[in-house]
Amino acid sequence: MYTAIGLGLIVIGAGIGIGSIGKGAMEAIGRQPEATSKIQTAMIIAAALIEGVALFAIVLAWLVA
Amino acid sequence: MAKILRVSYTVFLFFIVALASFAENENHDNSEMASEEESFDALGMIMHHISDSHYWHIISFEKKDGSHTEISLPLPVILLHDGTLSVFMSSEFHHGESVVKKGDSYFKLYHDKIYFTNSEGEIIKDEEGHPVNEKPLDFSITKNVASMWMSALIILGLFITAARKYKGSPSMPTGVQSFLEPLITFVRDDIVVEQLGEEKADKYMPYILTIFFFIWVNNLIGMVPVFPGGSNVSGNIAFTSILALFTLILTNINGSKTYWKHIFAPPGIPTPIKVMLVPIEIVSIFTKPFALMIRLFANITAGHIIILSLASLMFVMKTYYIAPLSVGLSLFMSMLELLVGLLQAYIFALLSALFIGMAVKEEH
Repeated sequence: MYTAIGLGLIVIGAGIGIGSIGKGAMEAIGRQPEATSKIQTAMIIAAALIEGVALFAIVLAWLVA
Repeated sequence: MAKILRVSYTVFLFFIVALASFAENENHDNSEMASEEESFDALGMIMHHISDSHYWHIISFEKKDGSHTEISLPLPVILLHDGTLSVFMSSEFHHGESVVKKGDSYFKLYHDKIYFTNSEGEIIKDEEGHPVNEKPLDFSITKNVASMWMSALIILGLFITAARKYKGSPSMPTGVQSFLEPLITFVRDDIVVEQLGEEKADKYMPYILTIFFFIWVNNLIGMVPVFPGGSNVSGNIAFTSILALFTLILTNINGSKTYWKHIFAPPGIPTPIKVMLVPIEIVSIFTKPFALMIRLFANITAGHIIILSLASLMFVMKTYYIAPLSVGLSLFMSMLELLVGLLQAYIFALLSALFIGMAVKEEH
């Protein structure tokens, strides 16, 4: 059961993180539409790094359970 | 000459990846779950579908008299034991019912793993239900390996066809060439050149292109629900770890003086902080490819698990009324997974290019 709670917490954290990256990227694109492709690349890299941390935690949760 | 080198390099890459997938990862024994004969064992079904196998499963059904029939393609088994190599087809195991005698040793298939047994084929288990029998070295052509070779052949076929058209005078792209050309230029312009710069791009183009298309095609083949597809190649940790290992090796053997200096002696930082920072930097050499490995593995495996769970909703709840929900959500998830398959290939290629780009950068 603790694993399930932990997984939920991981998803909340990663969701907030990736959500704020998406928000930042959209605002940046809104201000500077001509830089869209560069902003998208940077956004995906940052999101992938957060996702990486979340996946580490999920794998650890599996291993511990 | 350079072209021959490039082709042999690509073939070598496929070969190494193929070898690596021989090493299977452990999967859990869920035999206790299947104790009640009436209840549907969703977890067992899902674990069976996402793990590697010595058979290429085609279809299984129940006949009118209640007997269970399974049609599957047997695959070659290659075992190394006591210095001898035994090669035979996995059909000799009869889905784990028969004991196979090779030389002086007896083998039995138990939950897709091959164990040494006595002549009766006894599997001895510990308290947790895990077998304690010794295992031979297993180099078999399993379902994942066969599926990976298939995707390698698909890629070779597509790219050789397209590459032939570039011989002679330039003309309008036709056929498969017009499908691949935008993708290749996308990888070149938006991934490799962007992260590595114009002059270094050519050196790393073959690697980035290869991993991009190899991961993508394997992801797509994993989404095909019927026979030649459906294997979970890019959701196999052995597969992803070897791809990540390539990135680790390429990053570090091509690392510039600046790269190593920033790890072992970060400039402009007081000594007490260096003592803390240097170990973190050394660990981060390995965590970056490790994250690549886990990301691809977890994304693809999670996708397979979710689709299979949605498909088994009907059998778990034992009602037809859940069918519209089950089918609708499965369709939605399948569409999402098609996107994720491309996205994960893109992210793997992009981050590989990024890590290599950070390592090869000279002092500015």
